[in-house]
Amino acid sequence: MKQTTVIGQNRGLGRIEALPIILVYVVIVITFMISAPETFLKYRIYQAFMSTVPVPLILALGLTLVVAAGEIDLSFPSIIAFSGFVFAALYKITGQTWMPLIAALASGAFVGLVNGLLVAVVGIPSIIATLGGQFLWSGLTVILSGGLAWNIRDIRNESIHTLFVGRIGGILPAQVIWATVVAVILWFILNRHRFGEHILFIGDNAEVARVTGVNVRRTKILLFTLMGTLAGFAAVLLTLEMATFWTTQGGGMLLITMAAVFIGGTSIFGGEGTIVGTYVGSFIVGSLEAGIVATGLGGFWTRFIVGLVLILAVALHVLLGRGKNLSEVRFLRFVFKKRKSGPDS
Amino acid sequence: MSRNYKHVLKMERVYKYFGKVEALKGIDFEVGANEVVGLIGDNGAGKSTMVAIMTGVFSPTRGAMYIRDEKVDFRHYNVRKAHRWKIETVFQQSSLGEKQPLWRNFFIGRQVTKSLGFINIKKEKELAQHIMLDLIGFRGAGITVDSTVSKLSGGERQGIAIGRAMYFDADLIILDEPTVALSLKEVQKVLNFTRKIKESGRACVYISHTIPHVYQVADRFVIIDRGEIVANFQKNEISLEELDSFMLKYSTEQVAG
Repeated sequence: MKQTTVIGQNRGLGRIEALPIILVYVVIVITFMISAPETFLKYRIYQAFMSTVPVPLILALGLTLVVAAGEIDLSFPSIIAFSGFVFAALYKITGQTWMPLIAALASGAFVGLVNGLLVAVVGIPSIIATLGGQFLWSGLTVILSGGLAWNIRDIRNESIHTLFVGRIGGILPAQVIWATVVAVILWFILNRHRFGEHILFIGDNAEVARVTGVNVRRTKILLFTLMGTLAGFAAVLLTLEMATFWTTQGGGMLLITMAAVFIGGTSIFGGEGTIVGTYVGSFIVGSLEAGIVATGLGGFWTRFIVGLVLILAVALHVLLGRGKNLSEVRFLRFVFKKRKSGPDS
Repeated sequence: MSRNYKHVLKMERVYKYFGKVEALKGIDFEVGANEVVGLIGDNGAGKSTMVAIMTGVFSPTRGAMYIRDEKVDFRHYNVRKAHRWKIETVFQQSSLGEKQPLWRNFFIGRQVTKSLGFINIKKEKELAQHIMLDLIGFRGAGITVDSTVSKLSGGERQGIAIGRAMYFDADLIILDEPTVALSLKEVQKVLNFTRKIKESGRACVYISHTIPHVYQVADRFVIIDRGEIVANFQKNEISLEELDSFMLKYSTEQVAG
């Protein structure tokens, strides 16, 4: 009989976004549970992850959209410093909390807007525009702060601290809830919203996007502004958690954030991006150091193993990438070889 | 679909100069409401310039154009206007997002949305299925609305682009060399999609220099050479062999001259 329907339903496991990397994460955690049971079988370590991972996670979520559009942003570490400074300084000077929050978000948005204008209007490749931005804004932060760390210990008594980085029920870090909310919103934007579809088509082929009626310029400006705003939010979370601003904050985040995005399965070539993958990828990167140290390998191993995981994960994504959903099912079968002889083969 | 106009598009004494180069030298050209016109000519004959004028990419130096029997004011005519006036072009190179599923490709730039710009995915997929099955009679094995464009053959991609144009109710669909670099089987698919355009009561300008392909689908052939229309045949006036040898003779004369 001729095929009469063309609506495809991906059934079963193939429907789960970023399934391979979720499995990789499970394998990593189980490995650590075996190699360092005294650490990884207790809640404490997971609480630590939930307090430290959200900052790079929020950055990685924003970066996922940027990479899906075929662009890159190298300037977000400088926003962690710049917006963190704006927040800490305004708090210290005025004693207010909400106004500095708004100002920090606005300063992040502003840096993002500048990036967007440089990329979409002036036409500078994003890797160069944001590299310049990274130097510029972190440099400006050092100038404005006098190169000093600012202690804002008192903010621990403010409601803003409880709201964003408090411990819910005494155990659950609030920032992980916020990061998850950001992830859910961005997932809907990327997969269900017009703006997300425009991002995907621009990343796929900007010329096609243009001839089909997408406003490429406006979409890119909005995208970089969104990225900047998210980085501003991450800066506030970090500064609140530490109750201190220091000039080099965010400095080590560029590479681990990018690693999280690519481990998660988002392609550097643009046109596709996975929020779920980035979410899990961020926790993988965040878990490795603690796991390696707890296993007794020593901190020297951390970078080596992060690199190994990154390369293996991306190799996995590339191999699975041919055929998408179906291949994830095939991957599962490969992993769990003891499949029964199914009716479909 | 009732069409209460004689010509979907008509050009009168259209000239186009690029500096000193005369690309078009007084073109008279018309397309009936439900006519498939094969526009044939060698590279550089002026086909692309004609398409560019039809679709609002640029204005002619001199001359008039009518869309649905109404005169076009070139000062206010552009690509976006052409879309709004239901003239769509399917380009040689794909206008589809390779890594995106078919349903997204049908509605990119014109999404079916719920509130706040969120896409109504269920609706878009249903409509995409309607386009594939009913409008273009798509019969790709294993291809669904969730398939990505990268899984489609060249001919199937042309079909998707044609289906998109038909769905958005184009009155005139311009196909620019749709069978270039396709295998024989793929060519047949594209020709079938082209027949669907005719069946649905629309008009089509089919640009090609592959005579056997145009001959199968066009009602009339317009041959253009060095900016001038040199011949105009109804299909019943000329056989494929005659048309082929006419073109061959023409291009040899050109080489000789």
